[in-house]
Parts: sequence; C-alpha cells; structure tokens
Amino acid sequence: MSLKRFSVFLLVMALMFGVLAVSAQDVSGELSILGFNGTTGDEIATVRVDAVRAAYPDLTLNFTEGGLDEQQFLTAVAGGDPPDLVYMGRDVLSTYAVRGALMPLTECIANMDIDMSQYYDAAVAQVTVNGVVYGIPEFYNSIMMFINNEALADAGLTPADVNTSDWESISALNDALTRVDDTGAVTRIGFDPKLPEFLPLWAMANGASLLSEDGRTAQLNDPAVVEALEFAAGLHAAAGGRQAFMAFRDTWDFFGAENQMVADQLGAFPMEQWYMNVLAGGSPDVDITFAPFTDRQGNPISYVTGSTWAIPTGAANPEAACAFMKTITAPETWIAAATTRAEMRVADGAINTGVYTANRIADETIFSEVVAPIEIEAFANGVDTILSVQEDAFAIPANPAGSEFRQAWMDAVNRVLNGEQSAQEALDQAQMEAQAALDEAWAASE
Amino acid sequence: MATKSLVTRPSVRQGRVTPQQRELFAGLAFISPWIIGFLIFTAGPMVISLGLSLTDYDVLNPPEFVGFENYQRLFTDPRLGLSLANSFIYALLHVPSVIIVALGLALLLNRVGRAAGFFRTIFYLPSVTPAVAVATLWLWILNPRIGLVNQGLALLGMQGPGWTTDPVWIKPGIALMSLWAVGSTVILYLAALKNVPNELYEAARIDGANSWQQLLRITIPLISPTIFFTLIVNTIGALQIFTEVYTMFFGNMSSGAASSAGLFYNIYLFRQAFEFLRMGYASAMAWLLFFIILILTFIQLRVSKRWVYYEGS
Repeated sequence: MSLKRFSVFLLVMALMFGVLAVSAQDVSGELSILGFNGTTGDEIATVRVDAVRAAYPDLTLNFTEGGLDEQQFLTAVAGGDPPDLVYMGRDVLSTYAVRGALMPLTECIANMDIDMSQYYDAAVAQVTVNGVVYGIPEFYNSIMMFINNEALADAGLTPADVNTSDWESISALNDALTRVDDTGAVTRIGFDPKLPEFLPLWAMANGASLLSEDGRTAQLNDPAVVEALEFAAGLHAAAGGRQAFMAFRDTWDFFGAENQMVADQLGAFPMEQWYMNVLAGGSPDVDITFAPFTDRQGNPISYVTGSTWAIPTGAANPEAACAFMKTITAPETWIAAATTRAEMRVADGAINTGVYTANRIADETIFSEVVAPIEIEAFANGVDTILSVQEDAFAIPANPAGSEFRQAWMDAVNRVLNGEQSAQEALDQAQMEAQAALDEAWAASE
Repeated sequence: MATKSLVTRPSVRQGRVTPQQRELFAGLAFISPWIIGFLIFTAGPMVISLGLSLTDYDVLNPPEFVGFENYQRLFTDPRLGLSLANSFIYALLHVPSVIIVALGLALLLNRVGRAAGFFRTIFYLPSVTPAVAVATLWLWILNPRIGLVNQGLALLGMQGPGWTTDPVWIKPGIALMSLWAVGSTVILYLAALKNVPNELYEAARIDGANSWQQLLRITIPLISPTIFFTLIVNTIGALQIFTEVYTMFFGNMSSGAASSAGLFYNIYLFRQAFEFLRMGYASAMAWLLFFIILILTFIQLRVSKRWVYYEGS
C-alpha cells in the first residue's frame, strides 16, 4: 500500500469514527467547486480531496481548476447557476457576503457541528460579517523576516543587528547592506519593505490599523499610517529609487535555486511563510536567518492573509458543500495531508517545513508529531518563528468594499513610490476613495 | 363555372418568385449566420448594456433604475479622466507607429521576389501569438536591466529607459510592444501595393521622379484607402487595449509602476464591473467609449475626403 493510500485509509477511519459520527445528513449527488485545484494541485490538495471522496463515496466532485475567476463566479451567480462551493481569498469574502451572494453558514455550522474555535481568531474574523460566519478558513499565511547572513557578514553585521522595532536601525541596515556597482546599478538591495502589499504591516508596526474594527471607517490618512508609508517608501532610496529598485527586483530568480538570497541580491525582507517552503525546496543550503517582524515596541506582529471556503447563495447541494468544507478543513484531514508531504520530503531527501493551516488544532499536531525535527537550524528556527507569531497575527477587518478598499491604499502607495505624490497627499486621496467605497457598499448591503 | 374558376385559382404570377427575390433570399440565407450571431452576441448585449447603464447593478442583485446617475458620475470621476487620457496618449503613440512600420515593411516585402511568401508568413506569425504570451515575453524584452531592448541600446552607447518601471515610459513601452503584431497591417498594405499599376512608376521614372517622390506622389495616394482603413481600425483597437496591459501590469505580475500611467480605459472599466461590482457604471463607461469612438471615426471620415483617393470615384 502506498504511503498516500495508507494516509487516506487512516483518515477515512478517523472520519468514520469522528467527523461522520456527528452528521446524520445524506451527503450525495454532485458538488461543483470553483477556484480550487482539486485534482491538479499538490499533495496537500489531492490528499484532502481524496479524503472527502472516501468519506462520501456517493458524492461526485466536479472541480473548475485554477484560481477564482471573479468574472466566471459573478456571471454564474447572475445567471442563476452558481457553483455549490467556492474557494476564494478571505479579503474579498465580505464583498460577496454583504451583497447576498454567499450563504450564512449558521445552519451549516450547527448541523454539522463545526467547531469554529479550532480556527485561528484572525481567520475567523475575516470570514465573519455583522456577526455571521460566511466562510470556513483554509490556509493561514503569516509574515516573518528573511535575513541573508552572507550580506550581513559582508557588512560586518550579524542577524542580531536586524532590529525591526528600531526604524533608524532599519535605515542604517539598509544603507549598510545595499550595494551599487561602478556603473551606478544596484547589485544588492539592503532591505526590501515589500511595498505596496505590506503597508498594513508597517502601519500596524507604527500602532495604526488601515480600517476600524467594525470595517466601516477608513483610517488611511492616520498620521501613524502616513509616517509608516514615508519611512517604508524611503527605504527604496538607498537603491536609487523605485525604478532602479524594481528594475533590479524583476531580474531575480524568485522561485529558483539561484534566488535573490542565494545570489546575494537582497539583504533582508519581511515575507509570507510560504516562501520558506520555496527556499527549503529550491535552496536548502542558503545561509539565512528567520526572525519575527516586530512593532516599534518590540512585540512580534504578523499580517495574516489566506483563503476560505464559502457556499454561494442558490447552491444546488449546500448540504454536501457543508460536509465538504468540514471534512477538508478538519484536523484529521490536514494531518493526513501533512503526513503525506512529510513522507514525500523524506523520500526526496528534502526539508519539510510543514503546512500552515488556519486550523490551530491541526497545526498543533502537525508541528508536534508530523514535522520531524529539522536538521538545518535555520529552517528549524523558521518554523518556530512562524508558530510563535501566529496567534499575534492581525488581518484587515471584514468589509463589503474589500477589493476597492485594497485598491485605494495600494494605488496610494504606488503613487508615492512613483514620485507622483507625497505620502500625505496620496493617503488623503486614498482615504476619500476608500471611505466613499465603504459608505456605498455598506449602504447597499443594508 | 368560369367565374368561380377565376376567383379560386391562385394567380400564377403572384406565386412566382422572381430571380431578384431568389437572389435576395439566397443572400440572406448565406449571411444569416452572421446576422444571427450579430443579434445575439453584439446587438443584444449592447441593448442590454444600454439598459444596465441606467441602473445600479452589482451583478449579484437585481438592477435598480437610477436614471442618468451613472452618466453624471462619469463627469466627476477623476480616475475616468486619467484612464481616458492614458488611452488617448497610447493611441497617439501606437497608431502612427504601426502605420509607418507596417508600410515600411510592406514596401520592403513588395520588392522581395521568390521568398515573398516565406517572409509574409514570418511577419504575420507574431499576430497570431496569444496576447498573454506576448505580454509575458515583452515584460522580459522591456526589462530595464536585462531586457533585449535596453541591451541593444547599450550596444549603441545609449542608456535605455525604465520601460516597465518608469511611469513616463510605460506607455511608449506598450506602444513598442504593440509593433509585435504589426504583421496583419503589413499584409493589408502589401495587398494594396500589389494593385498599384507599374505603368505609373515607369512614367514617373521617365519624368525623373526619384524613389521618395514616387512614394509620396504615387504609392501613398493609391493605397490611401487601405491606410485610411488601418487608421480607423488601429485607432479603435488602441482605445480598447486591455489584455496585454492587464497581464503586464495588473495581474499577478503587477509591479505597481503602472498603477496610474498604465490605467487604460478598458482596464478601469473591467475593474469597475468585476472587481468593484459596479456593472451599471461600467456599462455607462462602455457607452461613453462607444460614442467617443463614433465621433472620432466620423471626424476621420470627414477628414479623409481631403487625402484618401478612391480610384474611379
């Protein structure tokens, strides 16, 4: 029996005595799923899909592979033929939920006895709109610092010198690590602030949130946000400005063995934890240090993103969709998938840095029992770092103008980086755009 | 009896289908697939979008009639002005470039003898390359550090601009990329050039006209209807550009450099419709673009009377 089959067998046994015991519903028929690579995805996807198939043999799963195509989803809903289940980013779920395109999961959670406390709070908050849960969280992407030891040594520094709570020291580090050749072309970026996408992280590090807790009031031109953007955008200057910075960054072999850390093209940057898996797979010998990103008081913080499952309004088979969501995000299912990955990594002689789910119960078992101790200290520390920041993570509160709100602050950051506006001007404009979008969306939803 | 027979017998003349009618029916039968397709896939959606432009419609809920609110909003939306300006600037860069480069290539191909078919195929091939593939390829070709364009300029001792990173050079970069698909225009010009009578060139040569004079006084006037056609088609195409720019600067490979400089009209329209769920407003935007193109085409038609030469007219 192959390892994958054995994992699925164990999982089915667990489901039979666990998950299924609480479900008296008849789960059968066809289930159309949009936005998830259920058959062409990696082992984390396929093992879990196999588990659903094994648990519900009378259920036929029809996947529309690839990421969520908003056009396809919207036209399907408008045409009265929505999929039974949709897989999407948690940041856009509320946009659809408040417009009635997604079903409240209150009944599903009660009938299938889904324990929402097993999921991380930040993830659940992202799928909760006006106190109603509309999604079951899937992955949980946290952020930590990736530090190139070789670059630090070249500048006579050590990883201990990277202190993200002290912004003056970040600037000094950036200057010390940046390298420019005789022609004036940058050959190493000292510190990449990962703008525009990580503005929420820099703002939170400075004590500000881009949006109020209730998701109704934009806070984009809060002085702390303006200060954070001015500082983070200013880090591009050492490399000769945004244009030189981007022109160089675009040449990196980001997913390859000669990535920017191996090629010594980058000193340090905050990045989502999935990139640790990329490095572990493509360049396990890279000389790297992982550390928490901290706010200005020195507390570890992480800006979390991730995906979710949701049931469109008008879905033909909501009972099966609910059963699918519960099963595919259940601890047993995640553990089976993580076990398969672990064994595959062993077979390949590769490092296994684990799977970071939105299910804290699954994560506890995966990282205590499934992921074997990693021999390479850097990656072992990386795993510990991620696990240490997960509970402290924050997310942008759920709001009905998710896409437009995000676009407003992203465009503002880009205008600053392109030298079109000052941080204050850009964020003032973004504030007006974002608040108008929020007001319109909330009004439409009420 | 005779009277009854005259009344009830159908008239032979009335039931006969004339040759003209038969021709008309045959013509309609042949063209009906296009007519049906046009009604269902073009005219129908246009009428529906006209209706939607008068509504507040988020795609997910039934549309609500709001009168001309969306059209009023068009005049107060600063992003719309920006996107329109971007599209016009791009059209001003793209259309003359395509016409000049295509004409130059067509003139060269027109002189090629046996291998003309081979070269026609070579020049036309890029036109059938999928737009997404072209955009991805050109992101590398235009890369300021390692791209072929700037590497080539460096060989000439020139420092190339930030085609993909400098907002000032974003639109020229896209216009440069658009020349990749110049082959279809080349083929049109080549066909037009083949129809220019050789006697005119022979007469001009006898009269002492040089090549440049022949080009200006014979070639261009005689192929002016084709140039006019490509002018209109390329102007419309330029104002509607979407796929390449979206792939290069607004999809997964988004770098942010083009967030303002590359925000073309159709990209902004797409965002309003499918990202911000304002289908009613997006429909109004579509109709605004339709009327802008209509006016531009009308102006071009009027102006064309001064420079387009139709043989036999």
